[in-house]
Amino acid sequence: MTLMKSTLGLGASLACALTLAAATTASAEGEMEKCYGVALAGQNDCAAGPGTTCAGTSKVDYQGNAWKLVPAGTCATMELPAASDGMARAGSLEPLMRDMAS
Amino acid sequence: MHAHREFIAAFDASLKGATLPPGVTACAPDETERRFAVYRNNVASSLTEALARRYPVIQRLVGAEFFAAMARLYAEAKRPRSPVLLEWGDSFPDFLAGFPPLQTYPYMADVAAIEFARGVAFHAADAPPAAPEVFASADPSRLRLRLHPSVQVLRLTSPAVSIWTLNQPGSAPAPLTQTQPEIALILRDRAFNVPVFAISAGDAALIEQLGQGATLMAAAEMAHWAEPQHDPQPLVLRLIQSGAILDAMETPECAPKSAL
Amino acid sequence: MGDTMQGLPNRAGLGFKPEHFAAIRQSAASVGFFEVHAENYMGAGGLPHAQLAALRADYALSLHGVGLSIGGPGRLNRNHLMRLRTLCDRYEPESFSEHLAWSSHGADYLNDLLPLPYTEETLAIVCDHVDEVQEVLGRRMLLENPSTYVLFEQSTIPEVDFLTEVARRSGCGLLLDVNNVFVSATNHRMDARAYLAAFPLEMVGEVHLGGHDAEELPSGPLLIDAHGTPVAEPVWVLYAEAIARGGPRPTLIEWDNDLPEWPVLLAEAHRAQSMLDHQGGTALARAS
Repeated sequence: MTLMKSTLGLGASLACALTLAAATTASAEGEMEKCYGVALAGQNDCAAGPGTTCAGTSKVDYQGNAWKLVPAGTCATMELPAASDGMARAGSLEPLMRDMAS
Repeated sequence: MHAHREFIAAFDASLKGATLPPGVTACAPDETERRFAVYRNNVASSLTEALARRYPVIQRLVGAEFFAAMARLYAEAKRPRSPVLLEWGDSFPDFLAGFPPLQTYPYMADVAAIEFARGVAFHAADAPPAAPEVFASADPSRLRLRLHPSVQVLRLTSPAVSIWTLNQPGSAPAPLTQTQPEIALILRDRAFNVPVFAISAGDAALIEQLGQGATLMAAAEMAHWAEPQHDPQPLVLRLIQSGAILDAMETPECAPKSAL
Repeated sequence: MGDTMQGLPNRAGLGFKPEHFAAIRQSAASVGFFEVHAENYMGAGGLPHAQLAALRADYALSLHGVGLSIGGPGRLNRNHLMRLRTLCDRYEPESFSEHLAWSSHGADYLNDLLPLPYTEETLAIVCDHVDEVQEVLGRRMLLENPSTYVLFEQSTIPEVDFLTEVARRSGCGLLLDVNNVFVSATNHRMDARAYLAAFPLEMVGEVHLGGHDAEELPSGPLLIDAHGTPVAEPVWVLYAEAIARGGPRPTLIEWDNDLPEWPVLLAEAHRAQSMLDHQGGTALARAS
């Protein structure tokens, strides 16, 4: 494909995208009032990140030594990509124990 | 008089584990240590909890117990520098990358980078999207599109977008099929959602070029160069419909075109 | 007197949590005012500001700071103070309040309200800081009594006297947290009623009520100001006595952890409101 030809194709594709966007995008007005506050509670809570508090807590945090711990979350049930040494890992606890012993 | 300054320094040292600050007592003096421990726990727990709110997927990946112990180390090493906690935790991805117990989980830092970027997008400045009409008859070779401040592209070294997606609340455990590094697009849409998309190298090039002020046409050409089969249409539609395009300004016909 | 010191109405208010936004809008809730933690609204934009602006249009607003470290040594964090000013300018809240506590050491922020000895030195420091806040914000602030878990041998001034003197010297108002009074009094085996009897209620611009956790130590209970449960019965009793004596005040239910559904929170506010309507009203009539 020559540059000229691909550029023509691109231009057409872009023009089409813009026309489509203009036709299918709702105007922002009104949308805001409808959406704020009811959007994806779980996800937004996470995105909101930490909040400040003026309260204390009686929940005693785990004070273990992370260096002696192994990850124990969903790693154990999820197929994970190959680790940095190129070896496929299932994310189970054993490989990590071995790593830490070495 | 600097007694108070010295007192605060001693109190803070005690929070970190040193002996109790001078003069601290309780009505049952032998319980002073136990009662002071409330403050130690408040500081450590509140920061752990704050970090967990910012990094829920990391917490899910490593488990609550591991996360709490790790968060404590992080909070001690990188205390907040401002009372605005929504800005805290920016160095956590780097911390994870250098955390020995996680060395064989190289995607952790990438997943954390996605989570932090979502927070940035969530709190980014407001900016009204361009009215849809302006796109109707625009000329791509003269059109410059300004991006919403929430728009971020993260070039990752692992399939972290897929991992992040699999670990959202309510997702069923599933095998990870993607093994290649991914590129994440993060933005805040009109309804204040902060979705994470895996995008192609061409998409990433297009967004980065738009961010640098290239015309839409020049950005699409760059995307095509980065990824020969690239089709800009889905991404352009997505950006406009999400409200991620603020202004659409057409440069005058006679103006020099963007160099490319 | 006292009910015109601040713009908050003498009604029951609630802490606003984003989780409740939809429920508040749908029910057009009858709440006297909402209070938010100022630091949670210091991001540039997005949902938090959209929600707060919408609430603010319909309700009186109290901004409650948790990060100024008024009881710390040295100068206040000017950058943070300016961000507070920006927020006050944007939302024009009826009230701004902070704590008699410290939370920063040098550049480190510790995210807890930590205690200070009450001495002539710390009194001068706190007065200077309150002056600075009021000057920069261009408004009167309220200073809140803390929950404390330890005592200091170097303290020479009772807490009530310390707060009263800060208010007298700086012209600030006070925020009376009745749960904090109960928590501290229990922890230090002191008499909460005596504390309240000495408290200058005429300087109180707002009252806080919240829940606490309890733990049994050998010498007696250790109460922690956890804001994760309903207001305890003894705290309601102290509150009733306070408004019977001092008259009705804007009263906030604080519930920050283990957040319940909106109706549970609203029921707590209604309980405070009915006490304001009855006991507070009659006391005011008696006093005038």
